[in-house]
Amino acid sequence: MSVTRSGPAITADSRTVAPVPGRAARVMTRPPVVAAGQGLSAPAAIIRHAVLLITGVLILVPFVWMVSLSLKPPGEIFRASFSFFPQQWYAVQNYTRALTEAPLPQYMLNGFVVCAVILIVQILVCAPAAYALAKLEFKGRHLLFGLVLIGLLIPHQVLALPLFILGYQFGILNTYAALVFPFVVSPFGIFLFRQFFKAIPDDIVHAARLDGLSELAIVWRIMVPMALPAVIAFSIFSVVSHWNDLFWPLIAVRDENLMPPSLGIMAFKNEEAGNDYGPLMAASTLIVLPLAVAFIAAQRWFIEGLTTGAIK
Amino acid sequence: MMAEIVPLPRDRATSVPRSDNSGPPLAVRAHRLAEIAVAWALAGPALGLLVALFILPVFAVFAIALTDWQFGASTMSFVRFANFAEVFADPSFRVSLKNTIVYVLIVVPGTIVLGLVIALLIESGKCRAFYRAIHFLPFMATLTAMAIAWEALLHPTIGLLNQALSAIGLPTANWLRDENTVLPVLAVIGIWQNLGFAMVLFLAGLKAIPQDLYDAADIDGADLWLDRLTTVTLPMLGPVMMFVVIVVALKAFEAFDTVQILTQGGPGHASEVLLYTLYRESFQYLRTGYGAAVTIVFLVIVVALTLIQARVMDKRVHYQ
Repeated sequence: MSVTRSGPAITADSRTVAPVPGRAARVMTRPPVVAAGQGLSAPAAIIRHAVLLITGVLILVPFVWMVSLSLKPPGEIFRASFSFFPQQWYAVQNYTRALTEAPLPQYMLNGFVVCAVILIVQILVCAPAAYALAKLEFKGRHLLFGLVLIGLLIPHQVLALPLFILGYQFGILNTYAALVFPFVVSPFGIFLFRQFFKAIPDDIVHAARLDGLSELAIVWRIMVPMALPAVIAFSIFSVVSHWNDLFWPLIAVRDENLMPPSLGIMAFKNEEAGNDYGPLMAASTLIVLPLAVAFIAAQRWFIEGLTTGAIK
Repeated sequence: MMAEIVPLPRDRATSVPRSDNSGPPLAVRAHRLAEIAVAWALAGPALGLLVALFILPVFAVFAIALTDWQFGASTMSFVRFANFAEVFADPSFRVSLKNTIVYVLIVVPGTIVLGLVIALLIESGKCRAFYRAIHFLPFMATLTAMAIAWEALLHPTIGLLNQALSAIGLPTANWLRDENTVLPVLAVIGIWQNLGFAMVLFLAGLKAIPQDLYDAADIDGADLWLDRLTTVTLPMLGPVMMFVVIVVALKAFEAFDTVQILTQGGPGHASEVLLYTLYRESFQYLRTGYGAAVTIVFLVIVVALTLIQARVMDKRVHYQ
């Protein structure tokens, strides 16, 4: 029975077999003819498109409405209307206010910095550990892997209280460090990298050693490049989660100049904009935009990264 | 660092027996020791950080939950399970727990049914990548910002929803300020956010169903789309279904952003959910011991669901 091969594990499976050409492997595992799609008659195909277009439009309504309001002057926003385009274009004013009245550029910059630092440190910490778990024999390996699995089990919100106290004790609350430190090690990162590293043949490691590469050099010059699909998937997962995270930043920082985008937009809503929807929607649009654009450009990688990440 | 010292003597004793091969042992032993040292050097930082940032904090939560400590207070005393007794006796916590369960009970079936239907439709024809991208978009969009967009949609006077309803003569409501509608509306947002995620998981499951089964069903006379669906597709999706239900339930139990942005638990306690209670008690009221007890309740629920999920995955492996 191939029940085992169904489900989200499939992506991990196909990759552990052939981790290097991840993209090609995934394309090849696709069945040539889609099972349920065989013999879909013309009327059925039209109904299918109709239904999917309707659900698609419903899904997009909040995005469309957000962008639409961000283009309208207050008068038009408060005059009920279904039209997407404004009668009087107010985009420049709304976006200017969003960018100047709240420190929105600062929020975005904070988001970039925090996400980048978290991701870099996570990879620096996780890849060597994953290599040790995958390719080296040592006492305590099972213990370490056990800790990784326990780490996977714990939802991060559970750690907020003790980490808040820890941050307080070290005097780093309300700094960039507070936004970063809980995430410097990712059990999911270690787990994912280990899976991929295990699939790389031992011969390659031996050959690299014979060539005089140090173990650390093997991690960075052999393992990580060969497991690039995993690194990309993990990077997307990490950046998207931390760009979107509200819970921890809400606890960790109070200073507006340190807020990442999701917390910043909340502050903007509460303080400045209130019911001033135009600039608020402009700010929301700008915060959603970077990831949305990246998603459209690299859809397959995003879906891969976010689903493997979210199911762990 | 301490690890480099501890395991060495033992390993020397076990891995290199003294009696046989007197030639290589020295080199082998040196190599083995070097490998162990390198392994610990590579894994050390991750190990230390895992212990400091994951393992010890969990123990700390349990410890705090057994005290009456309030953040900032200089004294505390051991109160055993008084916090848990207080939590479960507290009407507002009960409401929060009940709301969370209602929320989950709306979000999970809604997400599963819509995600499955959309996955089946997408898989059965053309433009798959296009439809998949549209339906997946909410799952990755910043929920805080999208919650603000939803607030505008749901606005009692200028919101698109009420405009549309009154245009076709249906009653309108103040969706986020009415205690009867607020929780279902938040659940709709939860479904909107998660259905793309469920859809993608179902798509992966559908792809894994072997074509042979459809051929066999065809020969047996199940040539209609609906027949194939009920005889092959749905039964074969069973394990994936169980898995998706739990994953989506986990997501739903972690709902926080929409409540924080849109309702702050109100009106009254009508939209207060577990994670919001955890946040408010721990970090706004600084009732640390109480907050820790709520955290433990949350942890127990999430861990229980995850363990069920692990068992389901295990079963699937055994089918092989």
